Amino acid sequence: MGVTTKEKDLRLGFSVLGFPAYSLALQLCFQTEFRYSESDQDSKIQFSLEHAFGDSDFSPAGIFNARLKTWNHGAQTLTKLRFSRNDFTEVEKEKFQNLLKGDDFYRIRLPSNVLISPGPGREYVISSVKARCLPRESLDEHFVIHMEGVNILAVNYGAPGACPHPRQLKLPAKWSFKSHTVLKNSEQAPRAPVFSEEILGETAEGEVVPPPERSFWAKYWMYLIPLGLIVMNAITQAMNMPEEQGGGQAQQPGAVQRGPTPAVRRR
Amino acid sequence: MAMAIRVFLLSLLFLSFADHSFSLYEDQAGLMDWHQQYIGKVKHAVFHTQKTGKKRVVVSTEENVLASLDLRHGQIFWRRVLGANDAIDGVDIVLGKYVITLSSEGSILRAWSLPDGQMVWESFLQGSKPSKSLLSVPINLTVDKDNVILVFGKGCLHAVSSIDGVVLWKKDFSAESIEVQQIIQPLGNDKIYVVGFVGSSQFDVYQINAKNGELIKHASAAFPDGFLGEVLSVSSDMLVSLDSTKSILVTINFQNGEISFKKTHISDFVEDHSGIADILPSKLSGVFAVKINTLLVFIRVTAEGVLEVVDKINNAAAVSDALSFSEGQQAFALVEHVDGKVLLTLKCSHDWNNDLLKESVEVGHQRGLVHKVFINNYIRTDRSYGFRALIVMEDHSLLLLQQGATVWSREEGLASIVDVTVSELPVEKAGVSVAKVEQNLFEWLKGHILKLKGTLMLASSEDIAAIQGMRLKSSEKSKMTRDHNGFRKLLIVLTRAGKLYALHTGDGRVVWSLLLPSLRKSGSCEHPNGLRIYQWQVPHHHAMDENPSVLVVGRCGPNSDASAVLSFVDTYTGKELNSLGLVHSVAQIIPLPFTDSTEQRLHLLVDTDKHAHLYPRTSEAINIFQREFSNIYWYSVEADNGIIRGHVLNRNCIGEVVDEFCFDSRELWSIVFPSESEKIIATVTRKLNEVVHTQAKVVADQDVTYKYISKNLLFVATATPKASGEIGTATPEEASLVVYLIDTVTGRILHRMAHYGSQGPVHAVFSENWVVYHYFNLRAHRYEMSVIEIYDQSRADNRDVWKLVFGKHNLTSPISLFSRPEVIVKSQSYYFTHSVKTIAVTSTAKGITSKQLLIGTIGDQVLALDKRYLDPRRSVNPTQAEREEGIIPLTDSLPIIPQSYVTHALKVENLRGIVTVPAKLESTTLAFAYGVDLFLTRMAPSRTYDSLTEDFSYALLLITIVALIAAIFVTWVLSERKELQDKWR
Repeated sequence: MGVTTKEKDLRLGFSVLGFPAYSLALQLCFQTEFRYSESDQDSKIQFSLEHAFGDSDFSPAGIFNARLKTWNHGAQTLTKLRFSRNDFTEVEKEKFQNLLKGDDFYRIRLPSNVLISPGPGREYVISSVKARCLPRESLDEHFVIHMEGVNILAVNYGAPGACPHPRQLKLPAKWSFKSHTVLKNSEQAPRAPVFSEEILGETAEGEVVPPPERSFWAKYWMYLIPLGLIVMNAITQAMNMPEEQGGGQAQQPGAVQRGPTPAVRRR
Repeated sequence: MAMAIRVFLLSLLFLSFADHSFSLYEDQAGLMDWHQQYIGKVKHAVFHTQKTGKKRVVVSTEENVLASLDLRHGQIFWRRVLGANDAIDGVDIVLGKYVITLSSEGSILRAWSLPDGQMVWESFLQGSKPSKSLLSVPINLTVDKDNVILVFGKGCLHAVSSIDGVVLWKKDFSAESIEVQQIIQPLGNDKIYVVGFVGSSQFDVYQINAKNGELIKHASAAFPDGFLGEVLSVSSDMLVSLDSTKSILVTINFQNGEISFKKTHISDFVEDHSGIADILPSKLSGVFAVKINTLLVFIRVTAEGVLEVVDKINNAAAVSDALSFSEGQQAFALVEHVDGKVLLTLKCSHDWNNDLLKESVEVGHQRGLVHKVFINNYIRTDRSYGFRALIVMEDHSLLLLQQGATVWSREEGLASIVDVTVSELPVEKAGVSVAKVEQNLFEWLKGHILKLKGTLMLASSEDIAAIQGMRLKSSEKSKMTRDHNGFRKLLIVLTRAGKLYALHTGDGRVVWSLLLPSLRKSGSCEHPNGLRIYQWQVPHHHAMDENPSVLVVGRCGPNSDASAVLSFVDTYTGKELNSLGLVHSVAQIIPLPFTDSTEQRLHLLVDTDKHAHLYPRTSEAINIFQREFSNIYWYSVEADNGIIRGHVLNRNCIGEVVDEFCFDSRELWSIVFPSESEKIIATVTRKLNEVVHTQAKVVADQDVTYKYISKNLLFVATATPKASGEIGTATPEEASLVVYLIDTVTGRILHRMAHYGSQGPVHAVFSENWVVYHYFNLRAHRYEMSVIEIYDQSRADNRDVWKLVFGKHNLTSPISLFSRPEVIVKSQSYYFTHSVKTIAVTSTAKGITSKQLLIGTIGDQVLALDKRYLDPRRSVNPTQAEREEGIIPLTDSLPIIPQSYVTHALKVENLRGIVTVPAKLESTTLAFAYGVDLFLTRMAPSRTYDSLTEDFSYALLLITIVALIAAIFVTWVLSERKELQDKWR
């Protein structure tokens, strides 16, 4: 099973459709028709979606059609996924309304392998959502199918947007489905950075380079503030000095008056 | 130039301060940490007391430790811890100077120097077939003046030189279909007998020349009844075994190559014999012991092969091997439990009625039964023989008994810790006696004056020693009350023996211990084992007068479908409050975030049939539970099938008995990993009690991102089945590692990422919104560590201040996991030199302090690594704003700074787990590492920014203040006086 053989192949494979290399995302509505040329390596497959209301058993709810593309290196991937959803029958509508009333779960399942029809030994991937999350105008649903080759790892099912809490009881205006499907494959993890010798040398030198010049104030504030204080102190001293001189003069008439004395202080 | 060097050195010093916030000074070792060394449950013991000098006992244990213990005090002289797959099968001493160990199923033979434990030689014994491994050191067997060690392992018999470990000869038995049971080397004889069974009903004897390994004679005889179990050699040509029904004793005589069987019914010895008989493997020479239910029957074999009952003892606990202590005299020890005491009896093999020794020793009732006994003799001052006995108890502790008293004991149960939890200590009661205060005050003053002397560098060397001693054993840290900073706590540990210990975090002493009665072997519970401990009742607020208690969950058997046992233990007194033997099994235990009015936490036990059972079984609990009924989701991991399932509660169980505490579950989601390409190798969740201070993270340029904080995230790592074995078994092309972040309520895969060419083992830790995991990169031939951080995009619009002001934000709206998540995930990988045994993360009371990863390295040390090194936003050239935020320029590998080893010079042998416990002080966390050893330290990942250090000199501060005040007064008086003088002038 390998999408893993060569990274280059992988890139090639997924960029055929013009989608981002690793997360192959097909956003399509089930009504849309696709036209594609038949190719020898591709084969059509289909697998069914089943649903259950609360604790009930699963019953068919729709069919996924897809093309199975086999790459040169043997890996198989699904492309061109189409989904046709069965509308609710009257019985199912009633069941769904019961779910809405009870705020219960609407459950869906898909086979875990698209090639092997699920039997007793095969597992299903199950997903569920509170039924009250689905109704808007119509019933809006959103599938994210996590694939690994032909295996379905998981399906995440829910409303396409938010499902605000507390959930209100609301019946859909139209009993038809609006389905969105996204196929997701694994993306590659970022590699550990590899530095060549050159860059290493550069960074080593970069450390030696002095830090960028800071402003004069940022550099010397610790000196400037005390200096400012001293200056201010000196100024106030200088302001007071004449005062004292004035005061002294009152006692020592012989001394030379050096500044104007605004008031003579008496003690 | 000199200036430049000085500047460089200074900057280096500064850098060292800035980076490794945890490094400590030499004299700080042991101040905040303690370290205890253990060896584990003893399997074999060999005494070495003949020569003068240090009396010692060499033991090998179930933790694969080989240790030499001081017989006088029980201290460890030396200790060697072998690897996890290197179990020791046999120990002996040769030449009076080497300890010989046979390990790894009989394939590695090593000799260790007896005085210091240095390895002298090691030889790998080749063999093809897995078999029993036997080590025997014949006393007088020499080949070319070289003492020979006989080793049987992997289907081959080897004769190994005891001097250099060279294989002298080898005899391969793997071609024959014999299952070798014993190797018998009669004294003063050059023949070796190898005996064993072919199939279950044929007995074979090979007679081998001890000098060269040549086969002398081979004889075999069929025994149609079939054998079951082991054979025991009673004398040099006589063996005893049981037939396949376990009701007939078979004596096998193989003298002169002639094999003859003799059958004796056990019912001949014991009336109304029912149940299964077993031969005890003790070598008693001429006598053997058969255990029938609780009765122990000693049977003597006469030279003619006739069996005669010597004694019957009920409820005997253990029997030692025979010890020859003087000419032809052999003795063995028999241990019984009488009235809660251990009765040690030394019997002479040949003269049964003459007890050499009969002593009754009190060993404490929390130790359980005696499992093993080893004896040794010594010569008293009056030239008579004395005996000492080393006993191994049910709780794995090791005791030396001599002259009717316990000389020393070692709590070896602590070497096999299964789970750890924490309990607070009682609050200090008001009203302390005046005398005590005075005493304390005097001590306090004295201490501070000493410290002051130290600070002012006036202290003499004795004073410094006194200061250090005072710091190390300050009574403050070992008090039995809660402290303001929350450093003093009780660590409640559950050991494999089913014993609970309460360790004081201050000095590591055992406050109480309890051998849980519900986890002891009993008729209804055959193989009990403890699984986990949970905090059952943590009283605070309104239930302050209650004592806290813990819940111990155990299981009666190795399989998950065995029935469960619960035990509730008071953590202050160490008494079992209650215990429940449950009818259902336990597959998962979920502590719920709800407590009842007595602060008992609700727990949900999920059994293997996917039924959930609620505990405590009270109506109050069920009321609380019903309120939250629809909000309880859980998941289960089936690692063998590669399936993860999500479950939700459904309704009460439908069964014959109405049980309102039992609930059905229903499957909500499932993730199926393709079995051919992915195998689950690791799953990690967040710690339930983790506190996150803020969801918002301010990044460079005053921008805000919101962490995606959900308690329901699960990290899963899968590897290709081919590459899930040892490193090196798979090529990079066929190995890949896929990691997932899964929401466990809805089963959504939030992130999925593949590391091609990488493989496990994966060790991971999940905290806040990030996961860090460690794995091996096969392409780069190096270990790597990766980080994944997950951010919430749905709240990203809340950056606007005006929105916050006008209340148009969605910060207070409830989050529903059924909404489609809008998350972005950032990830980065780095190389990491070490392989890792375990990873943990520091946790603090409020979650404000930055985090450090605690990495248990392969060298059994704990390395603290700042989380800042594992930040996916690191880049090669961070911008100025990013630098200010604290982003470290990207490097390809993570630094290992020697000063950041939390364990400094110590080792926690066989490190298995690291537990972090927040202290009340926000900056500080307690880290407890356990393996064979225990280590606890106090860490401050961002330094202790909220408290003064312990050695802060309050006296100096006080004196300074007093001096300043005095100076103020003096100067004030002086200035007043001066002013007055001025005025009068």
